[in-house]
Amino acid sequence: MTERLDRSPLWQLTLARLRLFFREPSTVFWSFAFPLLLTVALGIAFRNRPPEPVAAAVEAGPGAEGVREALARGEAVRVSVLAPDQARLALRVGRVAVVVVPGSPPELVFDPTRPESRLAHAVVDDLLERAAGRRDVVGPAERPVTEPGSRYVDFLVPGLVGMNVMSTGMWGIGYVIVEARSKKLLKRMVATPMRRADFLLSFVAVRMLFLALEVPLLYGFGVLAFGTPVRGSLVALAAMALLGALAFAGLGLLVASRARNTQTVSGLINVVMMPMFLVSGVFFSADRFPDSLQPLIRALPLTALNDGMRAVVNEGAGLAAVAPQAALLAAVAAVSFAAALRWFRWS
Amino acid sequence: MSAGPAIRCRGLVKRYPPDVLAVDGLDLEVARGECFGLLGPNGAGKTTTVEILEGLLAPTAGEVEVLGRRWDREGRDLRERLGVTLQETHLPERLTVDEIVRMFRAFYRRGRDPAEVVALVGLEEKRRAWYDKLSGGQKQRLAVACSLVGDPELLFLDEPTTGLDPQSRRRLWEVVLDLKREGRTVLLTTHYMDEAERLCDRVAIVDRGKVIALGTPRELVAQVVGEEVVEFQAPEGGLSPEALRDLPGVSAARPVPGGFSIVTDRVHVSVPALLARLRERGVGLTALSTHRATLEDVFVALTGRTLRD
Repeated sequence: MTERLDRSPLWQLTLARLRLFFREPSTVFWSFAFPLLLTVALGIAFRNRPPEPVAAAVEAGPGAEGVREALARGEAVRVSVLAPDQARLALRVGRVAVVVVPGSPPELVFDPTRPESRLAHAVVDDLLERAAGRRDVVGPAERPVTEPGSRYVDFLVPGLVGMNVMSTGMWGIGYVIVEARSKKLLKRMVATPMRRADFLLSFVAVRMLFLALEVPLLYGFGVLAFGTPVRGSLVALAAMALLGALAFAGLGLLVASRARNTQTVSGLINVVMMPMFLVSGVFFSADRFPDSLQPLIRALPLTALNDGMRAVVNEGAGLAAVAPQAALLAAVAAVSFAAALRWFRWS
Repeated sequence: MSAGPAIRCRGLVKRYPPDVLAVDGLDLEVARGECFGLLGPNGAGKTTTVEILEGLLAPTAGEVEVLGRRWDREGRDLRERLGVTLQETHLPERLTVDEIVRMFRAFYRRGRDPAEVVALVGLEEKRRAWYDKLSGGQKQRLAVACSLVGDPELLFLDEPTTGLDPQSRRRLWEVVLDLKREGRTVLLTTHYMDEAERLCDRVAIVDRGKVIALGTPRELVAQVVGEEVVEFQAPEGGLSPEALRDLPGVSAARPVPGGFSIVTDRVHVSVPALLARLRERGVGLTALSTHRATLEDVFVALTGRTLRD
């Protein structure tokens, strides 16, 4: 058995790829440690905090003290009395979210385009009305919850997994193949009876192997450190990750198919990856871009991968629900592999 | 072993658009079991020719037959029977000698034991060393080991010793001489004439994409140059190549920096005559040396240029 493996070209090529990977500390870092560190850093920076009081300023002058007392009655407002120009400055730089100009009626100065300013307006308005004697007529009961799945870190972890699948595929295949070409190793290999398909398959095999390490590692870390949910089936998650990895393996092969030196391929990889880093919903939702751009953004493989994985882990979607994303990734994989093999330069 | 030459090519042309003609109608025939050398300066078209013969480049025109087969029809089968050492190959830096040779072994249906091949090129002690820890000579011997592990009938060595120190060169020469003894056919390119004289049964001198001379090293030297070369240094003036050519035994004379070089088949006659001629003309001699004519001298005689030009 060991002898047969020893004589198998695909096994030997795969073994060589694995050895080269683990003997290069920097590639191990970028593939495994870096995404973990990024998750930790962003998870801490955007962790959910207890609700903060809204910051309001009252312009000094007649009636200011009465307003201050009314606002200080609840715990919801942190209030300060400031000279008029100081108050406006505080609003402009964001230290306070609303300024109250005492009077009859008082005037509320706020910025409706800032969510926290709109919130402060509502809270302050409510307190002033109650202080003036308004009675609440409905009085709905309240039940506060914090649901995993809606927090930033829940959004972030699938995005980072998607980003990692993309960049390890593109760099791990695209860059490495062009390096082999520029060092004439590719030429040396095709001077042997080696089957060319075996050579390319070894790259895909290694990618799949690492995928089976990367994805559980990152999701497992998210679950353990931040309690991120995995609501859908693991099969659906694995299927999305697999199709995503194949799509980016195909694109990696495609960018590597002609380039003669590593500078060229680095540029190509960045040209392909940069737009997706920005618009495909890694760090913030792709929904933020205008509607006119949405069809384009939805056609990008990283958007499909991120949307599909988020639907599975956060919404509990099954395979059927993510079929459109899965189909898009499969199509990208098929087309890019076919094109790459057609144009591949072996020497 | 089947009949027919190991390599036969006719009218080989390789043109790189727009206007580079790397190989310009080259004919070649290499017999089985012979060590054949392609000699010439850098840019003569040696590597292009070899890569066409190795099936790595397609010729613009011409016919190629290797071991009686053609690349377009029986390429894969042919690869099983060839060993190739490219002019420069960077093997993966962080694989060991053993790992690399075993990987190459796996590409061939039949072949030699990797450990045996590593021993053959004298790298036993480096078996577990990473490629990037090897010296230039060791890397080159490893490249040769990779081309031997498929037990080839025909081996291509493209400038196997370029840039190596003398000791490494001699070690590689030993490896090639062993291969010859085993009856394998070797085609090597080099721009070291001493290497060709030492290793090759026959050589073809290539210049500007064409074969300009063909034969055994001794034949070429005898036919093209003569037996001995005398070089001397003398002050400028009062001497011309014409004035030296009529000396007894001298067949050629040409100026070299600071003096002249003459070719003779009778040193013992030519040198006294030369000294007499110089005294007669009042030319003082500052240095004089003689050596047996080499392929280097053949190249100079044929092209008027030295190999390092």
